[in-house]
Amino acid sequence: MSETSFSDTAAGNGAAAEAMVDVRSVSRTFHRGRTPVPVLKDLSLRMEKGEFLALMGPSGSGKSTLLNLIAGLDRPTGGEVIVGGSPIHRLSERKLAAWRARNIGFVFQFSNLLGALSAERNVAVPLLLTSFSSGERRRRVAIALEIVGLSERGKHRPRELSGGEQQRVGIARALVNDPMLLVCDEPTGDLDRATSAEILDLLVALNRDHGKTILMVTHDPVAAERASRTLHLEDGRLAECGHDGTIVVPVHEPAGAAV
Amino acid sequence: MSSFTLISAALRRKKTRTFLTFSSVVFAFLIFGVLSMLQTAFSMGAEIANEDRLVVRHRVSLFQLLPQSYEADMEEIPGVVDAIHMTWFGGVYQDPSNFFMQSPVEPAEYLDMYPEILVSDEAKLRWIETRNGAIAGRALVERLGWEVGDRIPIQPTIWRQAGRDDDAWEFELVGVYDADVEGFDQTQFLFRYDFFDEARSFGRGQVGWFMVRIADPDRAPEIAAAIDDTFQNSAAETKSESEGAFAAGFANQVGNLGLIVTSILAAVFFTILLVAGNTMAQSVRERIGEIGLLKALGFTGARVQRLVLMESVTLVTTAGFLGMVLAVGLERVLRPALAAYFPGLFLRPEDLLIGLGLAVATGLVVGVFPARRAMRLETALALRRL
Repeated sequence: MSETSFSDTAAGNGAAAEAMVDVRSVSRTFHRGRTPVPVLKDLSLRMEKGEFLALMGPSGSGKSTLLNLIAGLDRPTGGEVIVGGSPIHRLSERKLAAWRARNIGFVFQFSNLLGALSAERNVAVPLLLTSFSSGERRRRVAIALEIVGLSERGKHRPRELSGGEQQRVGIARALVNDPMLLVCDEPTGDLDRATSAEILDLLVALNRDHGKTILMVTHDPVAAERASRTLHLEDGRLAECGHDGTIVVPVHEPAGAAV
Repeated sequence: MSSFTLISAALRRKKTRTFLTFSSVVFAFLIFGVLSMLQTAFSMGAEIANEDRLVVRHRVSLFQLLPQSYEADMEEIPGVVDAIHMTWFGGVYQDPSNFFMQSPVEPAEYLDMYPEILVSDEAKLRWIETRNGAIAGRALVERLGWEVGDRIPIQPTIWRQAGRDDDAWEFELVGVYDADVEGFDQTQFLFRYDFFDEARSFGRGQVGWFMVRIADPDRAPEIAAAIDDTFQNSAAETKSESEGAFAAGFANQVGNLGLIVTSILAAVFFTILLVAGNTMAQSVRERIGEIGLLKALGFTGARVQRLVLMESVTLVTTAGFLGMVLAVGLERVLRPALAAYFPGLFLRPEDLLIGLGLAVATGLVVGVFPARRAMRLETALALRRL
């Protein structure tokens, strides 16, 4: 099989200077009992289409909260979140779910595949939300598995796959709807060094060869190095990191301005 | 691949637990089927009772005798079309365990009163020609391995023969009857009244009860009252009621069977609600991360709710269906074996439909709370359980 993309425009659009993510003065406050706990305060972030951005920071710094806001899993207490041109902070729950199904691919620390289903059926789960024909669904599953290098393992159950292979199936599931943004939450957090490198190679290839915009939250500086840009989140504020890991530029000064 | 693939995957997740829950539900519906059969068997008399027939018995009890001459008196009452008499014989064939109902009747009149009974013209003729002739229901004949022409000795317990105290009554089987109504008693043994009346040692001219056909079923209470009024202040006062009321009263001598069956079923289904409800609640609790994943992928809360509800309905309905199929299988085995004791022992189509409806309703009730919980889960919080 020679097809390795879902559409003609999927690859090679990484150079476009179009904002994929535009987070404007966002704040998010949780409540512990009656006590407000602000996690993100007046934070802004701009991410270009085709970019591979790593987001680092200590535990509790708000990385996952920011990721959830950008992926449409949570709503900001204040500010705006615009992804792919859509102001998703204004969407209803129902519309937000439909928007996620079309536009976001999720990769988690644990692949969390359904144990009773084969790899290809796990990959096909997001397609249940589409109106694609069964033929088109099979084609997309085949392409997604080919991209992650598991064409031959489609019939296998998760327990018959290694940890790295399970994570690849998870990535194929994230790709099968050809989303505009791939959101990865600690994708190598549960893998050994060698397998992590393979998964990171795959993410880099998806960004470089298929033009996928990727936002990755990670604790691992080695993983972050593979991204085209790394941001550091601490105390609810963002700073850009150099490749040696030092924080070199404050990302957001003053409020409302974006890098 | 469809949503059912996800439901099937969820059910296969903990196979042992699903199997145990499934088996409990299968067993519950098997019990439902068996109890429905029993209830039908006991209530069948009332259900197939003819609306235009009354039963007239002694006011004190069924076992007190009435003068046979009442028959002619009753036929004079306006609204009464015909009357026949029957008497409890209560004899033993070979062994008391071979129990069946025996009664002397007047053949032609009896067959007119019960058009449900199907008997060949040849058998009818032989019955009228043969003084000690008897006909028996198909179920009884098959149970005891009789054939037409057999001599059937029946040892008396009440009605001894004059001058032959210890001798058995000997009848000749001249025919076998069938019935064109489901549940009609095919275990009766009927012989000629004239033969019985002349040979018995006491009680000549006395009978057990009367069956009375009336012209208008709507006037049944009025005619029953008229019959009872006719014999008021006589040596043998009567109690008249519809055949259905009589049969229901007879069945209720066992106890209020409807209440007993309903109580047992209520207990069984309450237990099933707890068992299956616990399974579903536990299943959803264990899958919070998975449900969060589905929501992250774009499944709406309503869709997740439907999935969990369908999972519950699939589990309980499939098991309920299997339970009912097993009950039907059991009926196929029990019905011929117990036909002599419970002629109305069968599973009615309406009971099968009620069973299936109950299965769907149980599935919905069991699934509704876990489904609502799944729907309300906050995606971001649920994903932390991955």
